[in-house]
Amino acid sequence: MDADIVCVGFGPATAGFLATLAKQLVTADGTPAIESAVMPGMPPQVLCYERADDIGLGVSGVVTKARALKASFPEIKTAGIPMAAPVGEEKVLYLLDPHGASRRSAALRCADALIRTAKFALPVENHALNLPWTPTFLRKHDGMILSMGQFMQWVGAQVQSTGTVQIWPGTPVSQALVEGKKVFGVRLLDQGVDKKGNPSDGFTPGMDIHAALTVVGDGPIGAIGQQLDEQFGLPDGKHTRDWAVGMKFVVDLPEDTKLKPGTVLHTFGYPEPEIFGFLYVHPDRVASLGIFVPSWFDSPTRTTFRYLQHWMLHPYLWRHLKDGKLRSWGAKTLGESGQHGEPHLTGDGYARIGEGSGTTNVLTGSGVDEAWATGTQLAEAVIELLKAKKPFTKQNLDETYGKRRRASWVEAEGRVAEKSRDGFQKGVATGMIGMALAGLTNGKLSLGSAPVQPWKRIPTVEDYYARRLSREEIAKVREECKAKNLSLHGALMDKVGWPAIPFDGRLLVSHQDALLMGGKVQAPHGYADHVIFRHPELCEKCGARICIEACSGQAIYPSETGVPAFDREKCVHCGACLWNCSQANPENPEHMNIAFRAGTGGLHSAEN
Amino acid sequence: MSTAYQIVVCGSIVPDPLQTLEPMTSPTGPALKNEMMLPAVLDPWAGHALFEAANLAKHTPGSKVWLVALGPKAKLQQVMMTVAQKVPFELVALDGPASGFTDATETAAALADTIAAIPGLDKSKLLVFGGWESASRGAGATMQIVGERLGIVDQFQGVDQLTVNADGSLEMLERIEGGKHQVSKCAGAPALLGWATGNLPEPKNNPQVGMVNMRTVMPALQKAKPTKLAGEGLVFANVALPKQLRETLIVKDKSPDDIANEIVEWIKK
Repeated sequence: MDADIVCVGFGPATAGFLATLAKQLVTADGTPAIESAVMPGMPPQVLCYERADDIGLGVSGVVTKARALKASFPEIKTAGIPMAAPVGEEKVLYLLDPHGASRRSAALRCADALIRTAKFALPVENHALNLPWTPTFLRKHDGMILSMGQFMQWVGAQVQSTGTVQIWPGTPVSQALVEGKKVFGVRLLDQGVDKKGNPSDGFTPGMDIHAALTVVGDGPIGAIGQQLDEQFGLPDGKHTRDWAVGMKFVVDLPEDTKLKPGTVLHTFGYPEPEIFGFLYVHPDRVASLGIFVPSWFDSPTRTTFRYLQHWMLHPYLWRHLKDGKLRSWGAKTLGESGQHGEPHLTGDGYARIGEGSGTTNVLTGSGVDEAWATGTQLAEAVIELLKAKKPFTKQNLDETYGKRRRASWVEAEGRVAEKSRDGFQKGVATGMIGMALAGLTNGKLSLGSAPVQPWKRIPTVEDYYARRLSREEIAKVREECKAKNLSLHGALMDKVGWPAIPFDGRLLVSHQDALLMGGKVQAPHGYADHVIFRHPELCEKCGARICIEACSGQAIYPSETGVPAFDREKCVHCGACLWNCSQANPENPEHMNIAFRAGTGGLHSAEN
Repeated sequence: MSTAYQIVVCGSIVPDPLQTLEPMTSPTGPALKNEMMLPAVLDPWAGHALFEAANLAKHTPGSKVWLVALGPKAKLQQVMMTVAQKVPFELVALDGPASGFTDATETAAALADTIAAIPGLDKSKLLVFGGWESASRGAGATMQIVGERLGIVDQFQGVDQLTVNADGSLEMLERIEGGKHQVSKCAGAPALLGWATGNLPEPKNNPQVGMVNMRTVMPALQKAKPTKLAGEGLVFANVALPKQLRETLIVKDKSPDDIANEIVEWIKK
C-alpha cells in the first residue's frame, strides 16, 4: 500500500508532528494545500500506526513547563483536558529511611544522622527534609500537570478531526523497509501467528506500507528505532546505556485530603538512595505518583513494584495516601541517555523524533515537551520540503528539520543536561553533586564519566547482599523460591528488614491485582511473543536473572528449564527487560540478551 | 437466487470492558463516573453484528453495509480508528449520548429516523442488524423498537447464525433457554436480526480496508447530526453495581475440571 508519509508510534512527538502538519495540508475551503504524490488531486496521505490498543493507553507522569505545547495550543490551559491542572506548589523532599532497611553509603548515613540530629532546626517532618529551595532547572513554574493518557486522547481527537491524517491504534510496525541507506516505508506485524511467529489460524502477513517519508517516533524501546540503530549504527561517541523504569499509580485521594491540585512533589533518598519519586495532584482529588528505578541502581533484584509500595508507605507520603484508592497503574522505560544517545536524526527517507531520538532532559526531568517540540520542528520542515517539491533526502531533512532542531531550546538545554547525571555512575552523592554542578553552571561543569553498558553494572545476588546476608542464607532463599516458582526479591527484602506490605485491597494490593485493577492488561490473540531470549544458553547459566526480578508485570517468570518464561498476557510493554539483563549479546555487547520486538496489547487504562 | 442486501448495523460505543465502572448521580441523572475519560470500544454485541454483516455482504455481491452509530462524536471518532480497519462499511454518525442511562424508545427513534433517511435505501433489500444485548447497560429493547418503527415485522433476537437459502429465504439460529437454538425462517428482507455472539472470529486489521473506510468515516463524523435524548419521564429508582468479591488467582494450563472444582469449592465457602 502506498502513502506519502507513514509514522511509527503515536506518542507526544508524533502527536506534535501530526498536530502541526494536519493544519497545513488543506486550505480553508477544504481543497488540498499540497498535493499527494500517491493520490493525485488529494492532500498528502499521512498514516500513523500505533502499537497500543488505543491512542490513550500511554504511560507518563507528566509535569511539564509545556512551552512547546502552549506554542501549538495557546489555549491549552483552558481547553478542558481531563485531569489537567496548572502547576502550583513545588517541593523537593529528601526522604529518610524510617526502617533502616535501605542500602545507604557511609556518606549518606552521616548526612541522615546530621539531619535527624538537627531536625528541630531544619524543615524536617515525618522523616522527610523539605529542601528550602527548588533548583531553577527543576521548576515547572507556569507549567501543567497532565495525564499522558488523557492528553493523548484529547490531542488525538484534535488531530483526527482535521480529517487529513489517519491514526491506527492496535497496529504495530514490525520493521522499517530499508534498501541500502534508504528507508522506503514500513512493514506491519504479522497476524494469525503462534507465540513463535509461525503462521497459524487466519495467518495474515504484515502489509508493506510504502512512503516517501517514514517518521520514527516509537520511543526509547521502539522496534523501528532499535532496528535503525542496529542497521545504521549510532554516531561516533553516542550510546544508549542510561535507562530507568518509571512505575506509577493514579490514585483517588481520601476525601479529606489536604493536597491541592497543582501540587508537585519530587523525592529522593528512599526507598533506596538511587530511587527518585514524584507525586502530582490533578483536580478532583486525584494524584499521579510513582518512582523511577535507574539502570545505575546496581541491584540484581531491583523490583519497582515493591519499592513503589514502600515509597507510598513512607510516613511523609502515607499520611496523604492512607484511605486512597488505586484507579490506574502502569510502567514505562525512560531513555535517560539524552544527547548521549542521540541517533542519526535523519537519513534518506526517514527522520527521528521524540524520546527515541534523545530528547529526554534528565537534568530538568522533562521529556514530553521536548518530544512534542521535535515533532513540530519536523512538521514545519516537511511542509517546507513538500511546498518546494523537494524529496525527503538526508541532506534536505538535515537542512530543514536538523537545522530547526539544532537551533532550538531542546538542543541547547539537552547539551546542558548531557553530562549532568554522569556522576551517578560513581554513586548517589557524586551524582547529586554532579547534577547540581551541571544545573547551576549551565552544563559547563560536571562530575563522573560516561555510562557503561548496563549489564556491566549488575552484580551477583551474593555480592549485592554480601554485607547483609551470608551465601548460605542466600542459597536457602534461592532454594525456597525455586520450590515455589517465585522471584527472589520479596524473600530477600524481607530478610534484610523491609517490613511486609499491609495489603488493604484498595491501594496496597498484590502485583497481580495491580495488573488487573489498575492496568487492565490485555494481549490480543494471534500475535507472536515480543520478548525474546536471544541465546537461551546464556540464560541457563545466568545467576542474576534480573529480568524476572525487575519485570513490571511479572510477565517474565522462573521456569523449570532455567530460561525465564514469558507471558504476553501480563506484559505492560514497559520494555525494562531490554536493559535489565546481566548477559551481553555476543553479537553486539552494546545490547543484552533480551530482544524487545514489536508487539500488541498491554495496558488498557487511559488515565496514566 | 442471489439478492443484494442493504445491511444497516446499529452499534455504538461502550467503555472498554476492562474498566472499573462507578455509577454516580449527575445533574442530568444517573451516569458513570469519568465515563468520557475511559477508553471506549465498539459495543461487543454490535461488533458481532457488524462482522456478520460484513461477512454476508462479502458473500452476496452488490450488498452494502452501513454502521449507524449514536454516541459522543469525539469518542466515536476514536473508536472508528480501531473498527474501521476490520471490515468495509459506511458510517452514519449521530452525535449524542451513548450512555446506557438513556431511554431505549428515544434511542430507537433516533436510530430508526436515521436509517429511514439513508439515501437510496430500498426496504425490500433491508436487513437491520444490531446487538441482541448491549454492554452499555441498555434495556435490551432498542433493536426491537427500531424494527417496529421501521415497519419490519420479521424480527429475530439472540441470533447466532444466518443462512441465506437458495430461494432467498433467511434461516436463523436463535438462542433459547437451556443453551439450545431454535431454527427460525422468514421469506427474506426486510428483516431485523439482534445478534448474540455469532460464530465469526474478530477480523484481522486490514490497513487497506481502513484507508477506504476513512474516506467516508471522517466526512460522516463532520456532519454528525446533534441528537439530544431528553429522557423526559424517565426515572431511575436505583443505580448500583452488583456487589463484587475479587480474589485474583492466575494459574496457567489448568484443566477445565480442576478449574470447575476450584470454583465449586470457592462457592461452597
